[in-house]
Amino acid sequence: MTGAGDAVARLVRDEGVRVLATLVRVTGSVDLAEDAVQDAVVRALETWPRDGVPANPRGWLLVAARHRAVDVVRREAKRLGKEAVAMPVVEPSPDPVSVRDDLLRLVFTCCHPALSLDAQVALALRTLGGLSTAEVARALLLPEATMAKRLTRAKQKIATARIPYRVPSAEELPSRLAGVASTVYLIFNEGYTGRSGLAAEAVRLARLLVSLMPDEPTALGLLALVLLQDARRPARFDAAGSPVLLSSQDRSRWDAALIKEGVELVGRGLRRTPSVPNAYVVQAAIAACHDLAPAYEETNWDAVISWYDVLLSVQDTPVVRLNRAAAVAERDGPSAALALVDGLPGLSDYPWWHASRAELLHRLGSPVALEALARAEETGLPAAHAAHLRARIGSDPLN
Amino acid sequence: MPQYAAIIYASDVDPTRPEATDLMKDYDEFGAGAQAVIRGGAALYPTATATTVRVTGGKGGDVVTSDGPYAETKEALTGFYLLECADLDEAVKVAARIPGAWDGAIEVRPVVDFGK
Repeated sequence: MTGAGDAVARLVRDEGVRVLATLVRVTGSVDLAEDAVQDAVVRALETWPRDGVPANPRGWLLVAARHRAVDVVRREAKRLGKEAVAMPVVEPSPDPVSVRDDLLRLVFTCCHPALSLDAQVALALRTLGGLSTAEVARALLLPEATMAKRLTRAKQKIATARIPYRVPSAEELPSRLAGVASTVYLIFNEGYTGRSGLAAEAVRLARLLVSLMPDEPTALGLLALVLLQDARRPARFDAAGSPVLLSSQDRSRWDAALIKEGVELVGRGLRRTPSVPNAYVVQAAIAACHDLAPAYEETNWDAVISWYDVLLSVQDTPVVRLNRAAAVAERDGPSAALALVDGLPGLSDYPWWHASRAELLHRLGSPVALEALARAEETGLPAAHAAHLRARIGSDPLN
Repeated sequence: MPQYAAIIYASDVDPTRPEATDLMKDYDEFGAGAQAVIRGGAALYPTATATTVRVTGGKGGDVVTSDGPYAETKEALTGFYLLECADLDEAVKVAARIPGAWDGAIEVRPVVDFGK
């Protein structure tokens, strides 16, 4: 595609999401709105590069999509021998507040807790991310037919169970927003472990949440967290594609602009949470400590551990304690950390618990490190990390 | 307005026994509070009184009856309400107040509207 064609495609994709959000409200159906917007988008991609982008692209798409939706409804009514239900008209130049509200409705409907997490992820990428079903399937490494079925089932549930197209009330908002954030963060993590396209989508979604809710600490913290982690992406894999640990990454390759933006967002998030810490903001603060250290050895471990203590006050889980112990190992040495790690209950099926024991035991010169490593592999430690640990501990299973 | 069945899976007790007095008081309280949206419902005797009927070999086949429900589970179907609510969020809010939700679970399902 030409440069101009690319620009049109980007514009259509960005506007398409907003147009979809409004059309869902107007038509009362995600399915119908999706069909109608897709039709309008196809027509825009055909005509805009040739005839030029219209003065009001959003209005053009809105009117074209509504037109299509009315057609579909009329045809369906005729088939059933019924009267078509009238559809509200659309305002071709909607005010920014109503566009924002429609987008928020779409966010909270796609990430409704009555939908499975898998369905939420698929819907978020499809409707909010504007990816095609084929693209969503590719991103999640699933066959297209499976993804199509999953999306259809989710949209059917929204329609038949009447999941409302509404922004949650002020008292529900924090818990519902936490649900949205965890869906977006899940998408980011899927991408972080290798599929960078997904990470980019998650960053887009997190940016969208901040633009919609600029004062919500969860949105600010989520965006800060994904940016501060994404900033390290250029250094996270070596030439052979194997993951590089934080301690060995070439920090000159980190994205300074993303780090700056992330750190500023942490500040904004902290100012909005003077009394009760927000888990996303605090996790972002921990990421910022790493990103701001000129070298691994110069990391401010006191600060990292303090932030973990703050995180534990709102999210006391064995996994958070395990991560805190890794920081303790750097500040106070491996035996202090091992005592903490060994004291954590319920992690015997968690590969990273065994991996962290293997690492600490190795630092203490204990031969039991190998046993811990074997347990880590049995419980599913990713192969690249297992190989890395094995190389460090200096043993080959074949010997 | 859409209707939902709120199907109660909870501990398998006999609602007519004196031991269930406190529980029934909770249900009465719920019923009074949710009067505006309750369109019907039923409380069931425990699964020990149930008979399961199957016809083997499809339509016209042999009728086989057996004692009780076919699966032993901790939570049994103890009853249901028919609710009329604006949307799923409202139905979920009402379902969360059903006493069975406190020691079991409520399955909220949209009811098919076959039209007139």
